[in-house]
Amino acid sequence: MMRTIDRKVVRDLWHLRGQVLAIGLVVAAGIAALIMSLSTLEALEETTAAYYERYRFGDVFAYTKRAPESLEQRLAAIPGVRTVQTRVSRYATLDIAGFPEPVMGNFVSVPEGRQPVLNQLAIQSGRLPERGGGDEVVLNEPFAEAHGLRVGDTVVAIINGHRRNLRIVGTALSPEFVYALGPGALMPDDKRFGIVWMGHDALAAAYDLDGAFSSVSLALERGADAATVIRQVDRLLERYGGIGAIERKNQLSNWFVSNEMEQLKSMSLILPTIFLVVAAFLANMVLGRLVSTERSQIGLMKAFGYSSFEVALHYAKLVVGIVLVGSVIGIVGGTYLGRMNTGMYTDVFRFPLLLYRPSLSAMAIAVSVSLFAALLGSTGAVRRAATLPPAQAMQPPAPGTFRRFGMSRSGLARWLDQPSRIIVRNIVRSPLRSALTMLGVAASVALLVLAMQWNDALTYLGQSYFYQAQHQDATIGLAEPQGDAILRDFRHLPGVLAVEPMRIVGADLSNGPRTHRGSLTGLEEGAWLQPIFDDASGTVMPVPPSGLVLGTTLAEKLGVGLGDDVHLEVLEGRRPELAMPVVGLVETYIAMPAFINIDALNRMLKEPPSTEYVNILIDRRQEAAFYAEIKELPLVSAVMLRQAAIDSFYGTIVEHIMVFITLFSVLACALGFGVAYNSARISLSERGRELATLRVLGFRRGEISYILLGEVGFLIVVALPFGCLFGRGLSGLMAAAFNTELYRVPLTIAPSTYGLAVVFALAATLVSALIVRHRLDHLDLIKVLKTRE
Amino acid sequence: MTATLTARDLTKIYKTGEVEVHALRGANLDLYDGELIVMLGPSGSGKSTLLNIIGGLDTATSGTVRFRDHELTAADESELTRYRRDHVGFVFQFYNLIPSLTAEENVALVTEIAKRPLAPAEALDIVGLGKRLDHFPAQLSGGEQQRVAIARAIAKQPEILLCDEPTGALDSDTGIIVLEAIDQVNRELGTTTAVITHNTVIGSMADRVLHVADGVVASVEENSERRSAKELAW
Repeated sequence: MMRTIDRKVVRDLWHLRGQVLAIGLVVAAGIAALIMSLSTLEALEETTAAYYERYRFGDVFAYTKRAPESLEQRLAAIPGVRTVQTRVSRYATLDIAGFPEPVMGNFVSVPEGRQPVLNQLAIQSGRLPERGGGDEVVLNEPFAEAHGLRVGDTVVAIINGHRRNLRIVGTALSPEFVYALGPGALMPDDKRFGIVWMGHDALAAAYDLDGAFSSVSLALERGADAATVIRQVDRLLERYGGIGAIERKNQLSNWFVSNEMEQLKSMSLILPTIFLVVAAFLANMVLGRLVSTERSQIGLMKAFGYSSFEVALHYAKLVVGIVLVGSVIGIVGGTYLGRMNTGMYTDVFRFPLLLYRPSLSAMAIAVSVSLFAALLGSTGAVRRAATLPPAQAMQPPAPGTFRRFGMSRSGLARWLDQPSRIIVRNIVRSPLRSALTMLGVAASVALLVLAMQWNDALTYLGQSYFYQAQHQDATIGLAEPQGDAILRDFRHLPGVLAVEPMRIVGADLSNGPRTHRGSLTGLEEGAWLQPIFDDASGTVMPVPPSGLVLGTTLAEKLGVGLGDDVHLEVLEGRRPELAMPVVGLVETYIAMPAFINIDALNRMLKEPPSTEYVNILIDRRQEAAFYAEIKELPLVSAVMLRQAAIDSFYGTIVEHIMVFITLFSVLACALGFGVAYNSARISLSERGRELATLRVLGFRRGEISYILLGEVGFLIVVALPFGCLFGRGLSGLMAAAFNTELYRVPLTIAPSTYGLAVVFALAATLVSALIVRHRLDHLDLIKVLKTRE
Repeated sequence: MTATLTARDLTKIYKTGEVEVHALRGANLDLYDGELIVMLGPSGSGKSTLLNIIGGLDTATSGTVRFRDHELTAADESELTRYRRDHVGFVFQFYNLIPSLTAEENVALVTEIAKRPLAPAEALDIVGLGKRLDHFPAQLSGGEQQRVAIARAIAKQPEILLCDEPTGALDSDTGIIVLEAIDQVNRELGTTTAVITHNTVIGSMADRVLHVADGVVASVEENSERRSAKELAW
């Protein structure tokens, strides 16, 4: 049996349902955002952990030119190494029927007829290549799907200069390629890049690597120090063209997955905090109003013998009720959003099974945090109710005390009509509430700016990276560095307008204890297809005859500036070690480049003029002929097409960012609506009598709406610019939180983004104004004459 | 004498849930130019409903109300607003001043939307508050607040001044001061005035006293002589 005082809680909630719902929505938005991030995070974390474990994802990865199989035992003997898996790994071009552009395949060997010991395949259809089945391959599933390839189909590959028909015997996924990124790409492009697993013997034979390997993956003992192992692996592989081992956290696919999880974590902090703070203040506002209208009831309860604690509990239960309403909506919404969000991840991250099971703990965390915030926020109002002395409580409250504002007698004040004075005095009278209303609206605008600026930032990033920093149509990767003659050969291919050499060598860069395992990019003097481009200033820096030009992020990591020496340890060729001065700094959004003159690089390596990549400008009309030729060239190991990279970048961005923006905008609008609606509703409740009196005195509906909504409207309009500023700050914070070695998100906000954010926020508040206006139109004029506040 | 306002056969039925309340059952009323009437009656007799209808706050279920040559019965919401704005002054039991505006500003609130208003200071002078222009309601006594309300009602120079229990919330001394102000306005400005009260003593300051009972004006009593408010006591 429900106690009567609790029945009052339920009826009060029902009576205040509009406001309860409006606050509930803000709470719900916070809870939904929190559950969405937490549950997606859980899903990703659990899935990756289980996936990595089940399919034995390696701890250390290394690549060499060609190392003898005998080295395997020495690698296994390194203290801390548990398992070693050697293999052949090479890039080659694929020719897919009906697809004109060349497609790149990362060929990785697997033992015939059985799973490798590390980095096992999750077979999705068919089987592994069998012993003696020389041309059998397994494709990674997204690539096969993108081309509609099935078990039994064949694809053509140009392996080491030979065209080979490969028979697809299976499709699979691998923990190594959750995020399958082709060389030089920013986003996965399943049409143009695929993983091809082939029997080890067959692939080794094709690349003349019988009895040798070109890649090795290690599993470490629990507690082994990866850095120590890597040093020893590097030493062993040094002679065989090893280009520096990396640990799991730097493995490309895993890096992207972990980075995404980091971002989810920061999102789960920033967003819900904003919503819950606002919800707390709204709860306080509404409860405060309720306590003052129920003064006499509170007095009565106390007179009947209810204790202060019971009274406090009674009002606290109202807050709990509001949070419960929000929780239900938030949990349903958050679970839905989490499922959608997780689903979106499966577009780019491929797991054999991605289980989305929102845990009770995520929900419990979300609900308790909201409850805590709302109760904390409404402490003031609850305490006021509890400490009201009964005798005083039964008296009507003293009429509000107002003061003239400072400029009462000034020209400005004379210009104000009486209704406007009412607005100004009410704002000035409760500065805290006015400030909080503004803060709430500003937060809503800020969130909108934050959400929408992502589009600006990424569009800007894409513009800068793909259109201003690059002008080539294709970048061709060569299997081995080639002499300058190769440039002439490329120049003679059909449709080629310009050719530019580029060489990238792996290197450790260091300054004292600060080190970075990266690469040196060699460019020719006067390079213009892919110049040294400063993304921030939008200018090209000429390739200097000697010295290094570093990306600012790298320079910061190494703690070097212009004129400082950087210690270089090249990881290829003769592996020279030397110091080189920094002669230029450029700000780049992508990667941490170190540029060097290609001639200087070749001299440093003591090699004749050679190139490993060729940037090419193509006459679009002869594109098809060019592709056809490229597909047949034996030396080509990689083809990167700028247009394809642009398409996949913007394709992914448009799809994902728009979902993200829509979601945020809806949440932010709920926030703006909740704040504006509650402010106006409370004003209406406090001043309904005043407004009805004005109606009796002959004021029109529009005129009294002006007084009530004018106040809220004024606060909102003043809040808008603050919201824009706040949004800029928040965007900066987010951009900083998303800063990684692989990319930086520029802080760029288009004026139209501010405009749109303001329009959205205004629309949300306008809706709440219209609802309140509807109530204003139905004020009971007669009741106010007879009742006293 | 010409009638400023005539009401004929007014009925008013309120429906609250399943209960029908007959507040007026065919009430008739004339308000003549410049007179002061007092409507007396127990609570629930229908006097407030009658006042609300002739003041344009409410509409009758049937019957007619004419103000000069305007038919109020047929008026819509915005016409009623215009009627109240241009022709009627209200004084309420609980003053209903705007707490955020000073005495002068409360009056100015109405004069700003009126056609031929008095200056706010002048209206306050009439009710004897010429020196308290800058006080907020919270700084005024109940009687003073009610006099501000009267000043606010007359500042627009209305044809009709309607006062619903103007002394209901005041002690007798203060009430008399307020009645004096109403009396003075009626005499000096010639504003047709109707005062609702259940205090029979007040009836003696009127030209006519209307007794309202069971939803009709049961009887009309004409005073041969109006006593001034000063002479009243209760």
